Amino acid sequence: MEREKWCKWLVAVFLMQPLMLFSNLVLADWSAINMTRGVTEISRQVYELHMIMFTVCLVMGVVVFGVMFYSMIMHRKSLGAEPATFHEDTRVETLWTVLPVLILLGLAIPATTTLRAMYDTGDSDVDIKIVGFQWKWQYTYLNDDPGKEVQFMSALLTSQDEIFNRTAKGEHYLLEVDNAMVIPINKRIRFLITANDVIHSWWVPDFAVKKDAIPGFVHETWTVVEEPGIYRGQCAELCGKDHGFMPIVVRAVEQDEYDSWLAQKQEESRIAYETVGKQWTMDELMQSGEQIYLQYCMTCHQVNGQGIPPAFPSLVDQGVSKGLIAAHIDMVLNGKAGTAMQAFSAQLNAAQLAAVITYERNAWGNNMGEMVQPREINELLTGGEG
Amino acid sequence: MSAVIGETHDDSGEERHHGPDKGILRWVFTTNHKDIGTLYLCFSFLMFLTGGTMALVIRAELFQPGLQILQPEFFNQMITMHGLIMVFGAVMPAFVGLANWLIPMMIGAPDMALPRLNNYSFWILPFAFSMLLGTLLMEGGAPNFGWTFYAPLSTDYAPPSVTFFIFSIHLMGISSIMGSINVIVTILNMRAPGMKLMQMPLFVWTWLITAYLLIAVMPVLAGLVTMMLMDIHFGTAFFNAGGGGDPVLFQHVFWFFGHPEVYIMILPAFGVVSAIIPTFARKRLFGYDSMVYASASIAFLAFIVWAHHMFTVGIPIAGELYFMYATMLIAVPTGVKVFNWVSTMWQGSMTFETPMLFAIAFVMLFTIGGFSGLMLAIVPADFQYHDTYFVVAHFHYVLVPGSIFSIMAAAYYWLPKWTGHMYDETLGKAHFWLSFIGVNLTFFPQHFVGLSGMPRRIPDYALQFADYNMVSSCGAFLFGFSQLLFLFIVIKCIRGGAKASDQVWEGAHGLEWTVPSPAPYHTFSTPPQDMSEAHG
Repeated sequence: MEREKWCKWLVAVFLMQPLMLFSNLVLADWSAINMTRGVTEISRQVYELHMIMFTVCLVMGVVVFGVMFYSMIMHRKSLGAEPATFHEDTRVETLWTVLPVLILLGLAIPATTTLRAMYDTGDSDVDIKIVGFQWKWQYTYLNDDPGKEVQFMSALLTSQDEIFNRTAKGEHYLLEVDNAMVIPINKRIRFLITANDVIHSWWVPDFAVKKDAIPGFVHETWTVVEEPGIYRGQCAELCGKDHGFMPIVVRAVEQDEYDSWLAQKQEESRIAYETVGKQWTMDELMQSGEQIYLQYCMTCHQVNGQGIPPAFPSLVDQGVSKGLIAAHIDMVLNGKAGTAMQAFSAQLNAAQLAAVITYERNAWGNNMGEMVQPREINELLTGGEG
Repeated sequence: MSAVIGETHDDSGEERHHGPDKGILRWVFTTNHKDIGTLYLCFSFLMFLTGGTMALVIRAELFQPGLQILQPEFFNQMITMHGLIMVFGAVMPAFVGLANWLIPMMIGAPDMALPRLNNYSFWILPFAFSMLLGTLLMEGGAPNFGWTFYAPLSTDYAPPSVTFFIFSIHLMGISSIMGSINVIVTILNMRAPGMKLMQMPLFVWTWLITAYLLIAVMPVLAGLVTMMLMDIHFGTAFFNAGGGGDPVLFQHVFWFFGHPEVYIMILPAFGVVSAIIPTFARKRLFGYDSMVYASASIAFLAFIVWAHHMFTVGIPIAGELYFMYATMLIAVPTGVKVFNWVSTMWQGSMTFETPMLFAIAFVMLFTIGGFSGLMLAIVPADFQYHDTYFVVAHFHYVLVPGSIFSIMAAAYYWLPKWTGHMYDETLGKAHFWLSFIGVNLTFFPQHFVGLSGMPRRIPDYALQFADYNMVSSCGAFLFGFSQLLFLFIVIKCIRGGAKASDQVWEGAHGLEWTVPSPAPYHTFSTPPQDMSEAHG
């Protein structure tokens, strides 16, 4: 008798579970536990698909686990349950083979429709080439006139002090970059995605765009963003040491704001191109070089140039910084095969390359006293092509 | 060594009641399936603790945002080694250990068909894993490219230790292939006279299918790592786009191995659960035939769905659609299995000893992992799930409360047969509840952080993911330390305890329950006759 009462109480507890779950769900902050609806037509379709799948799974789970728990509570030996002797039934076996097939067919149809829309990479208003580097992104706004192309690198802005818990973490900790991608709203943007070294993956959840950036392949995908705003994502394929530190930030703005941003960027690259020819002073090179070093070299070779040997060699009082200048330039421009040292000629312009090489030869007491002029680097870069 | 071989040979030929050799050499030279089973199980548990410690190191770093105890370099080494050790060192050897102990006893055979091969296939493993673990001490560190080791991160950009990783994978592959050959030959040739294929226990069936999967895909893995070796040391460019190679080819070949591999880790678990649930429901397994067919269907589908791990690599739409539909189909035979287990419980006469608790938790939590798997099959949604913690939650649900729980269930279920003593039921239940709570605390919140956008394999994360990561880390420590209780229970059971009867469990069926407890060193030297109760 006592046991039967106890079992009834147990059934009641299990019946209450859905209720408790429901109240939890109502109170919960959805954004912390569910997929975003996003800001594009496609992302909303993806969200709907996700919720349909979730609901189907939930219903099947409630039915299957319901039967199982009922059985566990009611068909106990301690309640005197006698085991039945049935052990097969072709009809139910057929039923629970065919029924899931029908449900799956029903699910496959909307999934197919959405996927076809995602794969339709036809006409576009803006074409942006995205190149993954260890551990930053390069964005190139393609233009029929190469003189009007805009190209820049986009890397993590969060400070090492925040990462190593020496100062408080900002609101957008690890999800902030120095140069965000800027796109116009309500325009069809086509992304051409590839990588320079290892495989990366460009992912912005609010657009439901995730595409692997693979060396040797150029993949296409697209989006039309409907609301202005700042959208954040991260690299989604393990790409080495700083995989967790290469975020993506996209700023979607009105068309006229985009136009003026683009014009300003074009002007900047024109100025950078023109200043290559001038004679730079040591101070200019060192100042610019330090910035470039902190942005591009510091994660591996460290702030003090000591590196993390053996993977990341020290630059202080040894190695290329103290050797022949030509070898140093070759190392920075072309990298070293089989190591993490990248070919920076693909990422930096002549002025930046000259500055950072000059900086490395003169910082941390290296004091080689030599300068590398952007003009010389430019000759190397363009001479190679000629 | 020759003396020992001769001695063993003579004994097995002449004397029926001879015992094992004395001392450490017993274990080095043994060809006895029970000894080798024990070796596999102990080795697997050691690797489980090693891989588990690495998991705890990972979870400790992820307890809060910011880098506290690890550098990103070392974090990547930890996730790689954790995955490799758990897959190849913990789960696979544990199932081989169970196969060694149980298959001969379940089919009424005196031993495995190829005992010396059996010895080799075990003793390769300690060398393979010493080499793999040794990379942690090498200059440049251990492999740091994830257990999926995608090229070119694992070739042109890998640390020097990658070569040792390649050789240890080769060794593990050799061990697995030899073990599988042994299982197939044993099952097909050594069944007691009168035991038809469709009378075999499901554990034997699922292992037969698993062994075929292993023989089919392990050479593929060996070929893959050999191509890597050539790329790294001999100037080829299989996976180097700069040399005309193809990084995506790597992924196709890897997952052609990798997808059957995940079924290699779950099919024997289906077999274990199909043995335990009928015993404690005191009712025959519902739909034995359909269980066999469903297992075979799952194994077949395993070969034709590999690219669902690669939906974001830019496969043409026809390929995406094909792999989506094929993947969704897997839900059908898997569903049949779950429905059959629930129907077995229905109107049974159930008791809830520790093996049954683990088996029921398996059915429930594996099904949750199956649901998230079905969600992952839907390509457009997968673009959001791919490489997030949602995937981490998914495969840990099928591997930890899936494979690992089934191994725990098997250990409790057959421990009395192996040792002759009952384990401590109270402690066993405590172990179950701690593990059950720990596992869910660890992995359920990972669904949430994954859906809200946290990528996997990152040592540090944005602030909005902090709460659930903290819960997850607490759960991981609870689960991890609970396994020491398991170790204690097993040792206690080996050393003594209530005497186990031959049948051990009231509702148990199968030939292994007809021999004494503990099972003598040699069983079924004369084949059993009665096959009516060969499976539950």
